[in-house]
Amino acid sequence: MKTKGTVTGIVSNLVTVQVDGPVAENEICYIDLQGVKMMAEVIKVSGKSASVQVFESTRGLKNGDTVEFEGRMLEATLGPGLLSSVYDGLQNDLTTMEGVFLKRGEYTDPLDHGKRWDFMPLAAPGDKVVAADWLGEVREGWLPHKIMVPFAFKGEYTVKSVQPAGQYDIDTVIAVLTDAEGEDVPVTMTQKWPVKVAIKGYKEKPRPDRIMETGVRVIDTLNPIAEGGTGFIPGPFGCGKTVLQHAIAKQGDADVIVMAACGERANEVVEIFTEFPELIDPHTGRHLMERTTIICNTSNMPVAAREASVYTAMTICEYYRAMGLKCLLLADSTSRWAQALREMSNRMEELPGADAFPVDLSAIISNFYARAGMVILNNGQRGAVTFIGTVSPAGGNLKEPVTESTKKAARCFYALEQNRADQKRYPAVGPLESYSKYLDYPEIAQYLDETVEKGWVDKVKTAKNIIRRGKEASEQINILGDDGVPMSYHVNFWKSELVDFVILQQDAFDAVDSLCPLERQRFMLDLVLGICEKDFDFDDFEKCRAFFKDLINELRQMNYSEFKSEQFYAYNQTVNQLVA
Amino acid sequence: MANQAYQRIYTQLEGITKATVSLRAKGVSNDELAVVSGKLAQVVRTKGDLVTLQIFSGTEGIPTDAEVTFLGEPPVLKVSDQLSGRFFDAYGHPIDGGPEIEGEERQIGGPSVNPYKRRQPSQLIPTGIAGIDLNNTLVSGQKIPFFADPDQPYNQVMADVALRADVDKIILGGMGLSNDDYLFFRNSFEAAGALDKIICFINTTENPPVERLLIPDMALTAAEYFAVEKNEKVLVLLTDMTLYADALSIVSNRMDQIPSKDSMPGSLYSDLAKIYEKAVQLPTEGSITIIAVTTLNDGDITHAIPDNTGYITEGQLFLRADSDSGKVIIDPFRSLSRLKQLVQGKKTREDHSQVMNASVRLYADAQNAKSKLENGFDLSDYDLRCLAYAKEYATRLLAIDVNISITEMLDTAWELFARHFSPAETGIKQALIDKYWKN
Repeated sequence: MKTKGTVTGIVSNLVTVQVDGPVAENEICYIDLQGVKMMAEVIKVSGKSASVQVFESTRGLKNGDTVEFEGRMLEATLGPGLLSSVYDGLQNDLTTMEGVFLKRGEYTDPLDHGKRWDFMPLAAPGDKVVAADWLGEVREGWLPHKIMVPFAFKGEYTVKSVQPAGQYDIDTVIAVLTDAEGEDVPVTMTQKWPVKVAIKGYKEKPRPDRIMETGVRVIDTLNPIAEGGTGFIPGPFGCGKTVLQHAIAKQGDADVIVMAACGERANEVVEIFTEFPELIDPHTGRHLMERTTIICNTSNMPVAAREASVYTAMTICEYYRAMGLKCLLLADSTSRWAQALREMSNRMEELPGADAFPVDLSAIISNFYARAGMVILNNGQRGAVTFIGTVSPAGGNLKEPVTESTKKAARCFYALEQNRADQKRYPAVGPLESYSKYLDYPEIAQYLDETVEKGWVDKVKTAKNIIRRGKEASEQINILGDDGVPMSYHVNFWKSELVDFVILQQDAFDAVDSLCPLERQRFMLDLVLGICEKDFDFDDFEKCRAFFKDLINELRQMNYSEFKSEQFYAYNQTVNQLVA
Repeated sequence: MANQAYQRIYTQLEGITKATVSLRAKGVSNDELAVVSGKLAQVVRTKGDLVTLQIFSGTEGIPTDAEVTFLGEPPVLKVSDQLSGRFFDAYGHPIDGGPEIEGEERQIGGPSVNPYKRRQPSQLIPTGIAGIDLNNTLVSGQKIPFFADPDQPYNQVMADVALRADVDKIILGGMGLSNDDYLFFRNSFEAAGALDKIICFINTTENPPVERLLIPDMALTAAEYFAVEKNEKVLVLLTDMTLYADALSIVSNRMDQIPSKDSMPGSLYSDLAKIYEKAVQLPTEGSITIIAVTTLNDGDITHAIPDNTGYITEGQLFLRADSDSGKVIIDPFRSLSRLKQLVQGKKTREDHSQVMNASVRLYADAQNAKSKLENGFDLSDYDLRCLAYAKEYATRLLAIDVNISITEMLDTAWELFARHFSPAETGIKQALIDKYWKN
């Protein structure tokens, strides 16, 4: 018997409902607006009155309209076919919707029920299995997509039967399991999972021990993010947040990428639809779209579904992680999600925290970041969810609740700076304020020693120090004047400019420079640090400036040239002659 | 609509604020319109049978026994080709003395375009202004505001841009427009002989502020009609969005909502996004481009209104007075067009983006030299060259009174580079230097 209710109050998308039976926090209900069923979620209950946030426009809704509760939370549908899909925040397939405009109450199926998949069994009758164990495998693009014991299954099961290799659709029963009571349970290729609950089903979650390559120098070299790590990118508007995120999405070394466009511009999502199908994944040579799922709840789409969108995206990542894959989740921007929480909290007339945000904002954010991580599965394989979120601080001021809460939760911090953006020094990641806590992990340092170069972390610290010294020198020059400081100040300043222009700055729109593999990053950092180690002396600061400008120019030409090409070595030669 | 059977009349108000009234009524739907003492109002909240109405023209003179009639539907605009060349108030009623419009009724503030059905904007909108075309190229389907202090000639620049842009319709949404500015727009459109492709929805400073809330939705409903159904390229001008946001804060304040930053409602971002995100390139030829004005208080872009706007729009064009050239320029540092790379070098010459970056970088060096000068330091030869370059760059390219083609802009930039710098100092790719450097 489903609980029913009637609408008793409406403020924008917050609706109060008088209920006739039990309701649960976060339970889903449908409000009937003249035959159109609008999805809503319970966010507060007080006596017989439930406050629900409606995932649609409430225009035309009346007191007395009827509501039906579903007895379940908001769920994601998981199964083969998630990749290369484009969903809204509630996982409706946007590509199968009719018409140019979104219609209220139109919900589409996330997965294609007609498509047949090449199935291979991985379990055999008699096997003992638990939730998340692999029963079989289908090919999704080039990825092995595991069909697992549903995450909701509790306790141990015995495999009774598994379908032989063959082509099946997602609704076919591919295995029958017997539970401890001797009850048979069928398993298909698809399962549902409530998005606000983390998917467990792994053995342990150790500390990350390797880095995830992004091809972006200022990240990989200076502030690397770990595979299974967390990071965030705060920055005022116009500082290149989106360009940086798209670069990471295009180049990140991951099997699966989920991009959650949360309350941001629709044209940015269109850019992904348009460009990704044309682009090739530099790591596998396959089309980028084949490994990408897009969850898009753009800023003009219903506010309440913004929150749902990041959770749906995280759930999809956790699902693929359970298959032993490396997943990367990019959410742009978590501030919009926090603002959605603020709007609801405000309408419920809760006592506000800082800047009118709800008081539990910090807890909500850190819970969400905690869902990322590298895991060891029950069968010993590794899987990872790396999460990078952007934050859009109001007024570009990093002392605001969303940035501060996120700083506590995320382990990498990529601060985009207005003054770097003004000078077109892109990516505008501030070299001194940004950090990666992973550089302090001994296991990461060891990994870098083995894969990049012995003593790599020390080199990175040296590079940061050159920038720091350069900044101090530049401050002194600004106070005392060009002639008022010793020549060494000028040299120090220009050495830091050298690191800035050649290592930190990167042209995201140049075919060659946009993607810089680790090997190339190593080559360039060694070259630049080698130059910085030298002592230079000049008769006057004009000569110093001219010398370094020429040098920077040649090194930048190297960045624009194909790695190890003739051209590249020719510029390298000129550089060596200049510093000889 | 006046005599429909379901019409309910109430005569007992329970509360009155400057912008809202509340009363007990049944069967009221959210967002529905009502008439209170002859004034148009809209349902903004129901709590049990207590209904709160926002009165667009203010509550002055509304008595507690005012007659309240609910109209059963949200605000609508009648759309048809007859809209062309006409001037309307915030309710969509003609103010030019012409006849009422016949056409299909559309609810304003309708649903969003499915993002998957959008196309990537790709058509260049040339304006002749180098501060825009060279540094911040506009693309149809884009949404971009002018950020300007109230003393800047933003309305003039906007009118220039609109009249030079190659579009089928220009729709002006004027919010809190001074009567003089309203007449300015009217006269410039008339003088350009463009009246037949103009539609104006006007709320002047003489009209009540809350009425402004209807203007963007009215303008965009008309825009959607022409873009979606007639496959036209529509340019929507919204001035001034700061006054629109002020009206939002008035209403939310009267509804006892907890204000967030700068006394703005917590939903400001979503409220503004709903408007700006109507900008779209449709799969057909149709498109809606929005150019807006956000006035600033002494150049402060950290205020909630410009700040939220900046996160929503695809860039901003920042106007400021420049002391070097004595002209109003489009500030190359604070301005940005996020869609420029979709056309630069694709619809324009290959050297566009590198020339743009180099010219701005050198201009930044000039600003450093300037601050050295102000602090009383000796200038180097390079500093002096930067300063000379900056003056010419501001006068010949950044000033808003420039009107030349993009190729001319690029050639002008190369000319300035050659006059003041060596090729290496520009940091431009060698291949382009070889091809375009002017000896």
